[in-house]
Amino acid sequence: MRRRRRKWKSAFGWGLAWLAFALVLFGLVDLVGSVLWQGIRSFHFSMLFEPTQGIAGGLENAILGTFELVFIGVVFAAPLGILGGIFTSEFAPPRLAAVIRFVAEVLSGVPSIVIGYFGYLLLVLHFHWGFSALAGGVALTLIMLPYILRTTDTSLQQVPLLQREAAWALGMTRTQAILKTVWRPAASGMATGLLLAIAIGLGETAPLLYTAGWNSNNPSLALTHSQVGYLTYVAYTYLDEPYAQARQLAYAAGFVLLMLILVIQLVVRFVVWRSAARSGRSAA
Amino acid sequence: MRKVSKVAKAWDRGFRVLAAIGAASPAVFLVSIAAIVLVESIPTIRFMGIHFLTETRWDMGNLYGALTHRNGITAPAGASYGALVFIVGTLLSSIIALVIAVPVSVGTALILAYRVRGPLGFLLNILVELLAGIPSVVIGLWGILVLVPWIANALAPFLKSVLGFIPFFGGQTGTGYSLLASGIVLAMMIVPIITATTRDLLMQVPLLAREGGLGIGMTSWEVVRYIALPYIREGFIGAVALGWGRAMGETMAVLMVSGNATNILPQNLYSPISTMAAFIANQLDSAETDASGMAVHALSELALLLLAITLATNLVARWLVRPRRRGGVVAP
Repeated sequence: MRRRRRKWKSAFGWGLAWLAFALVLFGLVDLVGSVLWQGIRSFHFSMLFEPTQGIAGGLENAILGTFELVFIGVVFAAPLGILGGIFTSEFAPPRLAAVIRFVAEVLSGVPSIVIGYFGYLLLVLHFHWGFSALAGGVALTLIMLPYILRTTDTSLQQVPLLQREAAWALGMTRTQAILKTVWRPAASGMATGLLLAIAIGLGETAPLLYTAGWNSNNPSLALTHSQVGYLTYVAYTYLDEPYAQARQLAYAAGFVLLMLILVIQLVVRFVVWRSAARSGRSAA
Repeated sequence: MRKVSKVAKAWDRGFRVLAAIGAASPAVFLVSIAAIVLVESIPTIRFMGIHFLTETRWDMGNLYGALTHRNGITAPAGASYGALVFIVGTLLSSIIALVIAVPVSVGTALILAYRVRGPLGFLLNILVELLAGIPSVVIGLWGILVLVPWIANALAPFLKSVLGFIPFFGGQTGTGYSLLASGIVLAMMIVPIITATTRDLLMQVPLLAREGGLGIGMTSWEVVRYIALPYIREGFIGAVALGWGRAMGETMAVLMVSGNATNILPQNLYSPISTMAAFIANQLDSAETDASGMAVHALSELALLLLAITLATNLVARWLVRPRRRGGVVAP
């Protein structure tokens, strides 16, 4: 009797767990499915080569603007993050390394809208840059930096100490050891982190609302005093418009964005899986 | 033996300095964010005092009329910056998100950690991680397309008819743009975070302890209930706190489905709300029209408050999930 009750309880518990799991999968499939479905119905290839006009037109300006903003973000975030990760893993004494990791984690926990508002106060107002590509790019830098730093640090930590010692024994300085040998096994991990940081940057909206503004023309090369359009803005703003055309543009923007990010994510997973399989470890 | 050349030594020193600059940059940014937001919110802190936290009315005043002076600060006549509505909205929506996300995440993490393996497990793990990478604006898009109509037509009437006798569940069912929609959307965003952390924690439960449980005749569920879950408790609470901080700071998805209520506290689960983050994002245009600049300062204080709350939850969370050495059976 008692044993049967315990068996039922066990089945019930696992049943709930499976139910929760099914719910998550259903949510994911429903989300991706409905956004892709609406997106495919509203998307035309001509949208890729046509800037926005009023509430209709294409997405060329937004796509180019997104790439410009992310590019500027990466130009600042990648060197700082990679150098910071190298310092944390290779040079810093354990205490200091723990502090740096902690600070980076805290920075990544700052709400993105606060970063955007900080950009507005400092860059747009105090520095008089206006809503601009540079202000938006710097805001994205703050989002991406802690992420790049952490992944660089983690992948360098996985390189065995033996490799460093071998390099030092040859008379290399620490810098030479890092730049000539230690970075190689860590390279794929660092590249993965960089790609995922780019995916994060592509999908951000909140930091850009207060820094990049909006522009229905293609981005100029001016870094300041010229507003830039970006994809997430289209998806957010045009959905509220009462016109079917505007909503279609919003769906199309969501679609392009989701496709870009899914492609990056899948490529990254594939690369990780390949390198894990090749080195003979079990993939996970 | 050849000595290390001077040039190589100089390079080494230079590179170290460069790397140190990179490592210091997050701290520099963090301090400057806090400092700028704090300095910019001083006028509102002086103008509103404690009423910023207790007042429900957010009103920029008459922008084209007379100015008032209070505590040495000049503001448009009738201006009042009370953030209580947004504080309540932030707390309620994030708590609803936790109520939904915590059981779902635990179940999903248990399945991922103990029930699926091999290629299928790899695939399912990737799917859950994919959910974490979906931009919040796309989740908001889904919220408007699917979730809000579903809440208005099905979920809200259903909840009302079943649980309507409980105060917060009764009343008007509204348009779907609601506290409930915000909570569900936030749950979507934090489930992958809590699940991933919990799964990793569950994987660290020593096999010996679990096998021991099975060995004395526990069912597999009892092993989870009495051995695995107690083992990960502190780390799990940390993971929840991490998700909570994320939920409170999330902007776009909430902005799109919350209904953006101002000056009114939510009456029930189906009332429109606004959160601190969503309200900051929503107020850009009006902030720019205020010539006295007080609106900018007021939003800055809102950002400061949000920063303080999320940092506090984050610190507690990091402290709870910190890696530590344990006594006893633990091997690794």
